[in-house]
Amino acid sequence: MDFNDTPQEAAFRTKARAWLAQHVKPRDPDAIAANVLGERESAEVIQQAKDWQTLKFDEGWACLTWPKEYGGQGLGRLEAVVWGQEEARFDTPPNIYSIGHGMLGPTIMAHGSDEQKAKYLRDMARGQVVWCQLFSEPDAGSDLAGLRTSAVRDGSDWVLNGQKIWSTGAHFSDWGMIVTRSDPNAAKHAGLTYFIVDMRAKGIEIRPIKQINGGQGFNEVFFSDVRVPDANRLGGVGDGWRVAITTLMNERVAIGAGGGAGRFRDLLKLAQQARRNGRPAIEDSAVRQKLADFYIKSKGLQFTSYRTLSALSRGATPGPEGSIGKAIGAPMGQEMAHFALELQGAMGGADDGGVVPQEALWQGMYLGTPGLRIAGGTDEILKNIIAERVLRLPPEIRVDKDKPFREIPTGSVK
Amino acid sequence: MNLEFSEDQQFVQQTARDFLTKHAGLDICRGVLESADAALDPALWKGAAEMGWLGAVIPEEHGGAGLGYLELVLIAEEIGRSLAPIPFSSSVALCTEAILAYGSDAQKQQWLPRLAAGDAIGTFALAEGPGETDADSVTVRFADGKLRGTKLPVLDGEAVGVAVVVAQGERGPVLALVDLGAAGVTRTRITSFDPSRSLAKIEFEDTPAERLGAADGGAERVAALLDRAAVVIGFEQLGGATRAMELTREFALGRYAFGRPIASFQAIKHRFADLYAKIEIARSNGYYAAWALSSGSDELPLAACSFRAAASDAFETAAQEMIQIYGGVGFTWEYDCHLFYRRARWLAASIGSASAWRDMLVTRLVARQGDGSSPHDD
Repeated sequence: MDFNDTPQEAAFRTKARAWLAQHVKPRDPDAIAANVLGERESAEVIQQAKDWQTLKFDEGWACLTWPKEYGGQGLGRLEAVVWGQEEARFDTPPNIYSIGHGMLGPTIMAHGSDEQKAKYLRDMARGQVVWCQLFSEPDAGSDLAGLRTSAVRDGSDWVLNGQKIWSTGAHFSDWGMIVTRSDPNAAKHAGLTYFIVDMRAKGIEIRPIKQINGGQGFNEVFFSDVRVPDANRLGGVGDGWRVAITTLMNERVAIGAGGGAGRFRDLLKLAQQARRNGRPAIEDSAVRQKLADFYIKSKGLQFTSYRTLSALSRGATPGPEGSIGKAIGAPMGQEMAHFALELQGAMGGADDGGVVPQEALWQGMYLGTPGLRIAGGTDEILKNIIAERVLRLPPEIRVDKDKPFREIPTGSVK
Repeated sequence: MNLEFSEDQQFVQQTARDFLTKHAGLDICRGVLESADAALDPALWKGAAEMGWLGAVIPEEHGGAGLGYLELVLIAEEIGRSLAPIPFSSSVALCTEAILAYGSDAQKQQWLPRLAAGDAIGTFALAEGPGETDADSVTVRFADGKLRGTKLPVLDGEAVGVAVVVAQGERGPVLALVDLGAAGVTRTRITSFDPSRSLAKIEFEDTPAERLGAADGGAERVAALLDRAAVVIGFEQLGGATRAMELTREFALGRYAFGRPIASFQAIKHRFADLYAKIEIARSNGYYAAWALSSGSDELPLAACSFRAAASDAFETAAQEMIQIYGGVGFTWEYDCHLFYRRARWLAASIGSASAWRDMLVTRLVARQGDGSSPHDD
């Protein structure tokens, strides 16, 4: 039991910090955290993010946990934690690769053919191409296996028709990974097949969705007779659910480890600056209790994530335990933001970075965090996963499991 | 970073679990709880001594096992799981710890071998009535080698023979070591919320006592002692919380309503998921605190506050959920749910409420603000 760096980790930290210092400016530790949920990246910012990734790739700092043959560095998860801690001290472009590097790359490694691994992974690590995930549909969100986008075999191709939604970054992505229904006569989970698609293929239309926070991070993606070569199939025909689960398990590790939103230290500062009953709010007992709760939960999540990574570093595959980070972290992010707005009094009803404390960081968080509680598994689905897969409680009684998919009612009553 | 306990440490834990499974079923806890006069289970206390748990961190030269705090917290977790009716937290986490940290060589030689052997049972007396008692405001006085005043409630007060008492000295609060067999001690039984862990009122009337540690800086020593004890007691709470959840899970899997196990309803499953997450948050804070304690890290003051508050909340929540999910039978004397409910409350009350620790956490966070000293800061 040792939370300190091993000598190797310490040496790696020093090396990482030195390399970062050569290439980017340190972040002002007193600066307000960026609103990572704003999702208003311009084309210019996207290009900066790509160039930063390629520089890291060229100099041996990209995709640290990936094997070297795929463009990674073959390092452990804990070295990746050290790198993340150090990179966070510097003023770097936003990370647009969490889906590709955190979820889709590992899925290709687990299920891809040698040709697919050789063709895609190195370019994905280098970062000039960006990847997106095409899973949810208007009638298949929490019940992902209810998806209906069809894939019909035609010679050496498959023809895709249907609609995907909530596809983060699809509007600036080059490749996507999609789950489709290849056999509507098979049982729900058995009739799915997983593909890699070229996002510039004929018949794909991408429409950004405007979010409640004004951002446009995700999209609707329409497929009209889109031809995908069979060589782009990932896993067997009808084996798409198993492949999709690999993606989702990695997703929760990625989101959980990244934490939710807002830094505790910014909240602490706000509580010192804001006033209540004629005194600094931090002298108020109710305020102190809430602050302590947030700190304890934040640290608990951070160390739970370390525990997971420590286990993964010894070769375990991501399991359902990763769901805790998101199940706790996402609602806590919203609660922290709401509490910060409470501390602001009347200004908590404003959203003007010119007058609101901390450049209206918490207003942005309060508008952004509802999305975190839904994306990548809602609070409720995650609790089901913890209950059923960690605590081994009985699954829901299912009425859709063993009949042909086409006989199952889906969607909303209009 | 390596967040695993070593194989040797896991062996210590497994040995403790095996022993307690055999010798400390919940009927042993219930036996003390239902007894009119027992303040502990003497056979179990003897067993704990023979297993080396009472002197786990006492150096071998003083009759202990010379183990580290990572071993001690795992033993505490197992004791918590079993609801063992023994004054482990008071004697080991508080009294022994105080003598180890602040005792003179003579005091160590006098008391540590007896504490390790279980022949002496110790406690730590801070509280003086309702509310949080802090070291600066205690009214028990220590002067000219004598104690005068009343401590209420004293933890495991019916079971113990020696106490470390927080008292006002001539230059502020001090720690005083007192043999409760001495003249001028009046002990009165207080009905305990958890009768398997006793409480007493102890009145001192010019009772002979020795100062433990220096004549000044007592408040800091009390705070440091409580930080250390909080980690060990926190693991006892963590063990109790985990066991309560496990038993409740077993019950919910076997209890049928509306034609299916109640564990299959989302209303129940989500309660379990929330509870599991709460316990894991406490556990992760606990590993950090245990590491800080065992390695002498500067992180201990923050880590102890966080863990203590999280562990108290986790055990109390687990015990509340236990009764709720058991339903009507959970409210009966016959079922064991109230054993957990009582122990959770007793331990939560023992060294400062969760809300008091949260308040102190904020004080300490502000004091350390922005020094960026920990790589784990975010």
